[in-house]
Amino acid sequence: MSKELLPDKNGRFGVYGGRYVAETLVPALEELSEQYEFIKKDKNFLKEFRDDLTHYVGRPSPLYFAKRWTELLGGAKIFLKREDLNHTGAHKINNTVGQILLAKHMGKKRIIAETGAGQHGVASATVAARHGLECLVYMGEEDIQRQSLNVFRMKLLGAEVIGVSSGTSTLKDAMNEAMRDWVTNVDDTYYIIGSVAGPHPYPQIVRDFNAVVGEEVLEQSKTEIGQDPDVLVACVGGGSNAMGLFYPFIENKNVRLIGVEAGGLGLSSGKHAAPLNDGKEGVLHGMRTYLMQDDSGQITETHSVSAGLDYPGVGPEHAWLKDIGRAEYVTADDEEALEAFKELTRIEGIMPALETAHGIAHVKKIAPSMSKEQSIVVNVSGRGDKDINTVADIEGIEL
Amino acid sequence: MTSRIKETFSKVNAQDQTALITYIVSGDPDLDTTLKIMDTMVEEGADIIELGIPFSDPMAEGISIQRGHERALKKGTSLKSALDLVKKFRSTNSITPIVFMGYMNTFESMGAERFMIEAVDVGVDGILIVDMPPEESSSFSEQAKKYDIDIIRLIAPTTSSERAQKISSQSSGYIYYISVKGITGASNIDSDDVKDKVGILRTYTDLPIAIGFGIKDSDSASSVKDVADGIVAGSVFVDLIGQGEDIIEKVASKTKELSKVLQ
Repeated sequence: MSKELLPDKNGRFGVYGGRYVAETLVPALEELSEQYEFIKKDKNFLKEFRDDLTHYVGRPSPLYFAKRWTELLGGAKIFLKREDLNHTGAHKINNTVGQILLAKHMGKKRIIAETGAGQHGVASATVAARHGLECLVYMGEEDIQRQSLNVFRMKLLGAEVIGVSSGTSTLKDAMNEAMRDWVTNVDDTYYIIGSVAGPHPYPQIVRDFNAVVGEEVLEQSKTEIGQDPDVLVACVGGGSNAMGLFYPFIENKNVRLIGVEAGGLGLSSGKHAAPLNDGKEGVLHGMRTYLMQDDSGQITETHSVSAGLDYPGVGPEHAWLKDIGRAEYVTADDEEALEAFKELTRIEGIMPALETAHGIAHVKKIAPSMSKEQSIVVNVSGRGDKDINTVADIEGIEL
Repeated sequence: MTSRIKETFSKVNAQDQTALITYIVSGDPDLDTTLKIMDTMVEEGADIIELGIPFSDPMAEGISIQRGHERALKKGTSLKSALDLVKKFRSTNSITPIVFMGYMNTFESMGAERFMIEAVDVGVDGILIVDMPPEESSSFSEQAKKYDIDIIRLIAPTTSSERAQKISSQSSGYIYYISVKGITGASNIDSDDVKDKVGILRTYTDLPIAIGFGIKDSDSASSVKDVADGIVAGSVFVDLIGQGEDIIEKVASKTKELSKVLQ
């Protein structure tokens, strides 16, 4: 297994991935692949991308030792990869900073994006504003309700937010609608997909632009931990923050990789968003991967307290890492995530996004039984300000 | 056995006409009505029926057909029940070709081979899987060949000549030329561009060429009928069905109108 070789030339990670789209988009995806292969070796592009990560995003993000939380759990040392400190408050900006440069290189004038929690929408609107490009963000009506703060942020940034009321009115439907827009306006429009999902080459592009997270952890571990971490933990919706953290470690098999899916009301309830734990292989949004689906192949409704994890599919590279046994995928349910959200906020003064809180919840489960010499790095993929309405709602508090 | 699709195009071509291919969603608004609609369409001049297989995430469809899929799913329609529907249809009609048009996941969920066996058994003539370009279709292509089911493929305005050649060589039944960059029910058809592209396509293939995605009325149908062997009309019918009243009468008159234009 050599990670350099994946995806293969057909966009495959094992049997997963590929390019399952209507013919109109095939030539556009072929062009995108070609342009990306060119640009990723181009010195000027790489310099611009790195400069933007440093001066605009604020990288590197710290690897912070959570001393009080470590003491509380009484086991492994816990380190937080602080993606929440990035400009716009999440890891999502890493990818959009890269893709907007690709869009400009391709001469596209109009940017579209889908968003669930709104973090990717904000990150897309942000880079579009900075480069003076028109930006449209598709967002499920249900998510517009629960993430109203991010909707307003996008509007302030000059983006148009288009509500999607088809299907389940969440992230997957926003993605359908963005695809429909792209197929109609393919000549002048660049579609910034926000996760390691969709047709090839998106899972590769989004992974590569987020891999800076894992690359920094690799370096920072040398000084902050003194060795490689024993375990990496990240939440998984589509899986971009997890893939970014995991990717540089894939060949280093001494490091355990754990992805945490949204357990919703519990796996046995069926009301969750955990396709790697309770889904089966299928095709959606241009990719072959694990999906939440019924016996007739219809995509089923998902449930999660966090809008960003409320997605019935998962990036194809995660499906592959699961099958070959390189990464483990577990779940944390809504209640556990909320508890973790509160605990990290109170003990470290760091309020994680509800998505991130799923990863935090899993650390709570495994850290106590690990030795004090061992270490865990958990990706704090985003900050939780956007979720205070949701949390207040659940607590029955009116703001 | 000569295929029904081939037979139909030979007949239509011999009369110097253009085939009318009508699209509706199986189970929209319910399976009994779909059967009546199919019979009515044939009576009023439809030559081939494309039966949409409802899917929760029909990415290539405009709003009209999306709603059709949603209505059909609400009634619990599946690929299996669409096969049963064709069986009933065939008890009174052994001539009109039926093509299943849908999305990969529903077909794959049944399994390529199991689907082909049942499709042959009930009398389905072809399949058009929207999100299955040639590169991703090996198992379906193999099974379709084995069971003599036509694989109808899409060619788009964005498709290069080289690619169009490759797609044509892996198609059977007919080629479905997408007349617009966009989704079903789009309204920006450019008939000159369609004429050019279809003209080029003719140099690669002897298969009949059907044009669809932007045909909604007699005007748009007549603007491209001379270059095509068939015209596909879908959203216009699904819209009428969505109105919910006097469906059969409305479908009958629209079919008649379009059929007349194509004669």
